[in-house]
Amino acid sequence: MQQVFFFYFALVIAATSVLVVALRNPIYSALALLIMFFHVAGLYVTLHAEFLAAVQIIVYAGAILVLYLFVVMLLNLRQDDRYHRQWPMAGIVGATLVIEAIILTVMKGWTAPVVVTGTEMTVGATTNAGAIGDVLYSTYLFPFEVASLILLVAMIGAIMLAKKDIGEC
Amino acid sequence: MVPLSYYLILSGIVFLTGFVGVLLRRNIIIILLSVELMLNATNINFVAFSQYFHDVAGQVFVFFALTVAAAEVAVGLAIIIALYRAKSAINIDEFQLLKW
Repeated sequence: MQQVFFFYFALVIAATSVLVVALRNPIYSALALLIMFFHVAGLYVTLHAEFLAAVQIIVYAGAILVLYLFVVMLLNLRQDDRYHRQWPMAGIVGATLVIEAIILTVMKGWTAPVVVTGTEMTVGATTNAGAIGDVLYSTYLFPFEVASLILLVAMIGAIMLAKKDIGEC
Repeated sequence: MVPLSYYLILSGIVFLTGFVGVLLRRNIIIILLSVELMLNATNINFVAFSQYFHDVAGQVFVFFALTVAAAEVAVGLAIIIALYRAKSAINIDEFQLLKW
């Protein structure tokens, strides 16, 4: 049963990610990415990361995708969008990486995952969100604060970049 | 139980697709979308490892990656709007001011 769900999600994720790159219209690409985000969230649920699934839908599908669609519709693009002229280069690099990945997996073989007991086991937490909160606010407290600083810098930077006349302020 | 390598292969496929998209497309918006694809591929990796090693730290890192992705989108789209104002186009072939 779990395998059926995994293969469904994996198939849709792979197909929509190819569509994101292949489709001509940026709006269609963004909508394909939306479908992909939902299926990634489903994959998280099968991996018992329910909190991240909810955050994925709220942040990615709710905020980031809406921002993309807003900008695409604001710019109102009509011109024909063709592939970049360095596409043979992209093909060569992509094919090289694919071959490398295949060789690595064949050489390494299909090793079973070694289950190690991590240093931060989910001790005393019953739910997924509780476990994440425990670790986030104790071990990773400083990176958490840095993340808030990053968001502040991004906010100020976006406002300054998108403002019309920066010299007047 | 799905083997861990399946998740890694899926993540590799998505990452490669995003990588090729960055190199291949001319539309800046699609390039940013491809960067999102790559970030999602790494997130899938993180969550899969977190589940298989029973360590919740991987999910915390996904949380941070999500923060960085949100910041990247905000700044990137602001840059796109500024570029569009300057050139009235968002094809990257048009922006070659730094090329000699």
